[in-house]
Amino acid sequence: MPDAPLLTVEHLSMRFGGLVAVDDVSFAAADRAITAIIGPNGAGKTTVFNCLTGFYKPSIGCMRLDGARGSFLLERLDGFRVAQKAGVARTFQNIRLFAGMSVLENLVVAQHNRLMKASGYTVLGLFGLGTYRAEEQAAVERARYWLDRTGLTNAADDQAASLPYGAQRRLEIARAMCTEPVLLCLDEPAAGLNARESAELNELLLKIRDDEKIGILLIEHDMSVVMEISDYIVVLDYGRKIAEGVPSEIRRDANVIKAYLGEAEDEGPAARAGEARP
Amino acid sequence: MIARAETRADVPASGVLASLLKRAALAAGVAFLLTVGIVGFELVSSTGELEYHTRFGSIVVTVAAVFFGYLAMGLLQAGLIWPAIIGAVVVGAVLLFVLVGSIRDPSLERFLPYESSIVDWSLLMFPVGIVLRGLWLFGKARSQAKTGRIAGSRRYSGWLAWALIGAALVLPFMPFADRRLVDIATLTLTYIMLGWGLNIVVGLAGLLDLGYVAFYAVGAYSYALLSTNYGLGFWVCLPLAGALAATFGILLGFPVLRLRGDYLAIVTLGFGEMIRIVLINWYWFTGGPNGINNVARPSFFGLDFDRNPDEGVAAFHTFFGIEYSPMQRVVFLYFLILACALVTNHFTLRIRKMPLGRAWEALREDETACRALGINPTNTKLTAFAFGAMFAGFAGSFFAARQGFISPESFVFLESAVILAIVVLGGLGSQIGIVLAAVVLIGIPEFFRELKDYRMLAFGLGMVLIMVWRPGGLLAHRDPTMLLHGRKRGRS
Repeated sequence: MPDAPLLTVEHLSMRFGGLVAVDDVSFAAADRAITAIIGPNGAGKTTVFNCLTGFYKPSIGCMRLDGARGSFLLERLDGFRVAQKAGVARTFQNIRLFAGMSVLENLVVAQHNRLMKASGYTVLGLFGLGTYRAEEQAAVERARYWLDRTGLTNAADDQAASLPYGAQRRLEIARAMCTEPVLLCLDEPAAGLNARESAELNELLLKIRDDEKIGILLIEHDMSVVMEISDYIVVLDYGRKIAEGVPSEIRRDANVIKAYLGEAEDEGPAARAGEARP
Repeated sequence: MIARAETRADVPASGVLASLLKRAALAAGVAFLLTVGIVGFELVSSTGELEYHTRFGSIVVTVAAVFFGYLAMGLLQAGLIWPAIIGAVVVGAVLLFVLVGSIRDPSLERFLPYESSIVDWSLLMFPVGIVLRGLWLFGKARSQAKTGRIAGSRRYSGWLAWALIGAALVLPFMPFADRRLVDIATLTLTYIMLGWGLNIVVGLAGLLDLGYVAFYAVGAYSYALLSTNYGLGFWVCLPLAGALAATFGILLGFPVLRLRGDYLAIVTLGFGEMIRIVLINWYWFTGGPNGINNVARPSFFGLDFDRNPDEGVAAFHTFFGIEYSPMQRVVFLYFLILACALVTNHFTLRIRKMPLGRAWEALREDETACRALGINPTNTKLTAFAFGAMFAGFAGSFFAARQGFISPESFVFLESAVILAIVVLGGLGSQIGIVLAAVVLIGIPEFFRELKDYRMLAFGLGMVLIMVWRPGGLLAHRDPTMLLHGRKRGRS
């Protein structure tokens, strides 16, 4: 691990009635690094994400975030406050844009809390007082910055729903980045992308890591994405952590190969795990 | 109500006319079967016996209207615009000749198809509508040929808004503006204001509210009770009524925060009924079913509109040295509600460009994504309920001030349904659409009062026509609240 951990997850468990979706998972994610969580379908990856981003309250466990905005125990924050206070932004497996609104509006809505303050919680803004106008201009500039980076500048005034699929994925990342997070959680950002789009996505994520200096947590099925850009990988299977390490270690890990390819009997060149798809 | 019925069948390329004639004849046959029993015979009691009169002339005209109307619409759809327009002009001219002629020459009256002059005159709507539709299609085809795309409706909505405001400002001073017309306009404006208020909740925040009339009732009773018990004036009570209604909006908001869609609609429906039933049963406070009488009328900066005002109060007509006329109060109330409605509209237009307004729209689109972005869904929903309720409260106190008498009967579920119908038919979120829908749904049925019990048919007709022609609402276009590239670049 290159740096001090940005996110430390300890003994995280999530039960739904009798079903144990996540069972005693501990891992750490470094700042300015891409940490991937991989695993076969139903391994509990998205449940971990939902716990981290405040959508679920974990049954047991502690999730500590030590970011630029201070230290937070995420399990104690209330739903939306994880994003508002601690600065954890996320995207969704099935894209969740504000479909009827324009691309630019999607990005400006993401800066809601900052703008709300600037408009004096709407009261001052309604009468044109306060710093709202300047702050809105700044918000548009920030949106433009991310539009440029995601190649959506020309589509800025289009309806979000009218964008092609790959562009919607990028817009969702841009929208998450507009909240100026300290930790960006991406739930299968490469799902449904073709090879070229997927390569562009890799580039974008590496740039975000290096330029914005934030931590990225990634759930991904596409091994070409995971192996190429991850700095660290955590592997889950049936809710348990079965391995963690840098990509080259994971590629050779016997448990991982078993989880992805089933019980290996005679063969199974270790390198093949790299191309395995669940 | 939001069903999107696809009613237009595809017209085959060949044999258009033959198939069209066949289907028009079929439609005419259906119209004949529907009308022959109801319209064709009339039971009349004369000197203790029942007789029946026949009105076959009305049926002939109705069936012919359906036949030719169907034919014209079919021709328009098939792209044969000019035959339809010419036919409509000829029919319209004949109709106009008979209608105008019958005013001067009573002998022409026997050619009038119906027993009500308003219905006779409204027949003109059909040829005029077909001509307008034809010209619109023609213009669209030409602009499409020129630029390759359909011109947006948004360009027109700007000047349409100013034209409507201008028309509303001069309306009471028009020579044809009698008391009845101004009263209808005032009523329509009340519904426009209610529609705009509900639009905040339903159109922007996407929270389906079926009990909106409850806040209207809170506003009306706030003013009526404050003024009869404490003698407070209208202008003091107006903000109080708004604040009280907003409080009730928040009170309703809390229990329904977790509910979405149908469940939310049912709870709000129940809330609306609760308020009404409390008003009926809380006898000593609200007067129960008897309502509240003699609610004070609003004054014009302290000037009364009575012929002989109370001691020490100046009257409007004496202050300005003009003759007393009951119209003065009517016109004043008209301008009062016009101002209130415009304030509501301005508020909505402005708050849409505020972070709160954008958060409302984002909440309508996807609540989960809102939470992931750190938007507080609780506060966002509650403010939407509160602001929507506040404007209903204002409208309610205006209603109480105008009527001078209120009772729970004015705040039944049907009112909520009508307001919601205005918002949905106008096109969710569209301000001008609401105006047009309110005029169609409130103004026209009021205009048809001559038809007595049957006038609600005009309401139904308006609703059916909108759903057939504009299933997404009259103006279902949404303008973005901000543009990066400005309007000139457009969407090329």
